Amino acid sequence: MMTSYLFRTLDAKAGVFVALLLAVTLLVPVLNLAVPEGSFFHVPTYAVTLMGKYLTYALLALSVDLVWGYCGILSLGHGAFFALGGYAMGMYLMRQIGTRGVYGDPVLPDFMVFLNWKELPWYWYGFDMAWFAFLMVLVVPGVLAFVFGWFAFRSRVTGVYLSIITQALTYALLLAFFRNDMGFGGNNGLTDFKDILGFNVQEDTTRAGLFVASGLAVIVCFLICRFVTRSKLGKVLVAVRDAESRTRFLGYRVEHYKLFVWVLSAMMAGIAGALYVPQVGIINPGEFAPANSIEVVIWVAVGGRGTLVGAVLGAVLVNFSKTWFTAALPDVWLFALGALFVVVTLFLPKGIIGTIGERYTALRDRRASARREAGVDAEPQPQPAE
Amino acid sequence: MIFRKPVAMSFLKTFLALFCLLTVAMGPVRADDSHEALRPLVNELASGKYDDTERQIQALVASGDPVVASTLQALRAGDLYVRKADGLVFIARKAGKGFALTDPLTGADAGEVAKRDIDKIKVNNKLRRVIDASLGSLTLLSSDPTVRLAAAQAVFKAGDPEVLDVLETALAKETDDDVRVVMEQARAAALLNSDRGDAEKLDAIETIASAGNRDALSLLIGLRSATQGPVSEAADTAIRRIEKSLALWDNAQNVWYGLSLGSVLLLAAIGLAITFGVMGVINMAHGEMVMIGAYVTFVVQEIIRGSAPWLFDYSLFIALPLAFLVSGAIGVGVERFIIRFLYGRPLETLLATWGLSLILQQAVRSLFGPTNREVGNPAWMSGAFDLGQLTITYNRMWIVVFAMLVFAGLMLVLKRTSFGLFTRAVTQNRRMAASMGIRTPWIDALTFGLGSGIAGIAGVALSQIDNVSPNLGQGYIIDSFMVVVFGGVGNLWGTLVGAMTLGVVNKFLEPYAGAVLGKILVLVFIILFIQKRPRGLFALKGRAVEA
Repeated sequence: MMTSYLFRTLDAKAGVFVALLLAVTLLVPVLNLAVPEGSFFHVPTYAVTLMGKYLTYALLALSVDLVWGYCGILSLGHGAFFALGGYAMGMYLMRQIGTRGVYGDPVLPDFMVFLNWKELPWYWYGFDMAWFAFLMVLVVPGVLAFVFGWFAFRSRVTGVYLSIITQALTYALLLAFFRNDMGFGGNNGLTDFKDILGFNVQEDTTRAGLFVASGLAVIVCFLICRFVTRSKLGKVLVAVRDAESRTRFLGYRVEHYKLFVWVLSAMMAGIAGALYVPQVGIINPGEFAPANSIEVVIWVAVGGRGTLVGAVLGAVLVNFSKTWFTAALPDVWLFALGALFVVVTLFLPKGIIGTIGERYTALRDRRASARREAGVDAEPQPQPAE
Repeated sequence: MIFRKPVAMSFLKTFLALFCLLTVAMGPVRADDSHEALRPLVNELASGKYDDTERQIQALVASGDPVVASTLQALRAGDLYVRKADGLVFIARKAGKGFALTDPLTGADAGEVAKRDIDKIKVNNKLRRVIDASLGSLTLLSSDPTVRLAAAQAVFKAGDPEVLDVLETALAKETDDDVRVVMEQARAAALLNSDRGDAEKLDAIETIASAGNRDALSLLIGLRSATQGPVSEAADTAIRRIEKSLALWDNAQNVWYGLSLGSVLLLAAIGLAITFGVMGVINMAHGEMVMIGAYVTFVVQEIIRGSAPWLFDYSLFIALPLAFLVSGAIGVGVERFIIRFLYGRPLETLLATWGLSLILQQAVRSLFGPTNREVGNPAWMSGAFDLGQLTITYNRMWIVVFAMLVFAGLMLVLKRTSFGLFTRAVTQNRRMAASMGIRTPWIDALTFGLGSGIAGIAGVALSQIDNVSPNLGQGYIIDSFMVVVFGGVGNLWGTLVGAMTLGVVNKFLEPYAGAVLGKILVLVFIILFIQKRPRGLFALKGRAVEA
């Protein structure tokens, strides 16, 4: 039954997208590891890591698209869930360092020794076990989203008010994680990782493995999103997006639907953060900055909100140009990003994928009607103006 | 019984040293032949035993000439030397390999010599005490009331019993009432450390308790632990009284800081409240309007520094209208070219204005550089004054006043002008207002301009207390949103109450939770508050439909 559902979920366009993503996921590591250096087709390791980072961003964008594109919740605080997932992973990686730290303490991470802490805080317990840490990657953002969402949706905080308090949420976490006595490394965050699941994080093979994991995570989460939005529940979500009061009057418990999709999205963001951290090698409170969360929204807007494919595409595109701009023309990047926000909202409200889809549908309808007309009577009709 | 507190004593010495530096600095100006009469006395310091030196010091003090103070201070610090060649006495300070000589009476430079050409004039502890006492009396008997006041304050902090006699002489001659009060307290402080009778000491405790500040408290705490019997008990009661009043003053201080922070928040948020209230538009570039206002102040001050320095004290008054116009014009432009096309899509407006804020920040960064720019305080905004135990800085005070003026002015515009009437009509019911013939697009543009303009003049004020950098606005944007969301939309009183509440709550939480945790608690509090009243403290009443 599951497979049949999967097939129904996968129509032609989504199928092409998944196949493409799968091909990239498998091809890039092969080109990195199997093709000798110096060859035209060789992909250097730094590029693999960079693309792996883009993929985690794509996953984050996917999670934002799920709540914003399909449920109308504009979250300006998804970076918080991303960073929390990242911190959970970072804590696991810190515990894996063991005695190889600068101070060589078998239990305490370096920064705790530095701060003269005598024992591990209780919330660090269990993070030496991979299964527990990976569970926390889902649970911590999920619980925060549940508590926050339960309060917010129950009292019908909507629209810009919700956006602003999500921003306040991530801002509060930013301030909190900057404190040294929070026990998360303060300003410097967590870094100097050595091993993940017994593999050295600096190794080419580990990096390729992380890339594959990121690619697979994007594919799986894409399919989950697709499944959710195509289901009956997804239709209710869209109804909530377009007319929340009306949906409520029709008898749906709007807040339950919103809460479900909100928590799901937060968990996906957490996974993205967890995959991000071992690839960039650091997690610090800067990830909580409200500006980061807003940037995610523009990735989705560029690609096209409510399209899922667009979110992935937008994240990769914008981040690729960011990498290119900040290297080639560092002063121009913020102008370009700012202009992107303005231009996309003014002239491309549906994003790239949305606009292409719209044009395509319009073209197809026009052709179809032209054919119908041609079939009914021989005289060609003038094309309707666009 | 004599007991000294090293901290207080060292304070006295620091003060006296500063005072001496002052007299040294003033020395050359006042250098005339009258000092020359003292020269034989000064030169004699180099000869004889310690007892002779003590007599010479007393003779110098008896001359009553303030210029003696620097010589004595140098003697005390071991900086007074005699030149072997001619037996003349100089103040010598190490300079390079040798010593730089200064004439003790005129302050004039007397060249450099090698170490072997001069001898140090030695002092012992007894001499040092004599010098300390005589320095106090030199300043306490000065003809300048501010010098007397400062000397009395120093004695009060130090509580040195050796100046008691001088102090009583000074007190008898004192004519200035302000100085007299401080001298009374200083006398009480000195008396407590002397060996006088208990009855006098009890009186002295009363006098000190009436001062009611922290110095009095530390003085009495020292006394309580060092004495027994009635004096200690009296000190104990006095301590409790002072502590009680100090706690009260602490609260007053917190309220004042809170109001000051609240005014800053009010200035930053009030423009936002207008645009959000009227148009339902979240302007993420609002902070950048504040930043532009601050940079206008910077530019105005630069021009004034270059071409008309005498105008500097009025620079803020010139900057205010300019900042309003510049920010307001940018605001109108933004409304006409961007926001106009996004009405009914508040979330998209949020994104577009965020993009705009990035562009404005980067533009300012390219024009003025990424570092902080120096914006000076005019004379009337620097300094501070005491109100009871509160220290109130002028710039904070003027910003509170300014915020209130802006608020009042805005209220006046909204309640008493036809533009205000139209604005309120559009806020309450856009379509009805349009049906009555109000040109709502026009009102939108003007309101946006007004909101941005007010952000600009907020920037002028903030330039006085904050770093002027391209990131200036970002620091305020989240706080301003919190104020608007907390206070409620479409009602300026809500913004006022919201800003002041958040300011005061923040400052009261800070001592217990620390600045950062206090801020987090406030944010959490607002997030919870929104649950209870999703439309803020002062929500507009009416049959408003959700957007």
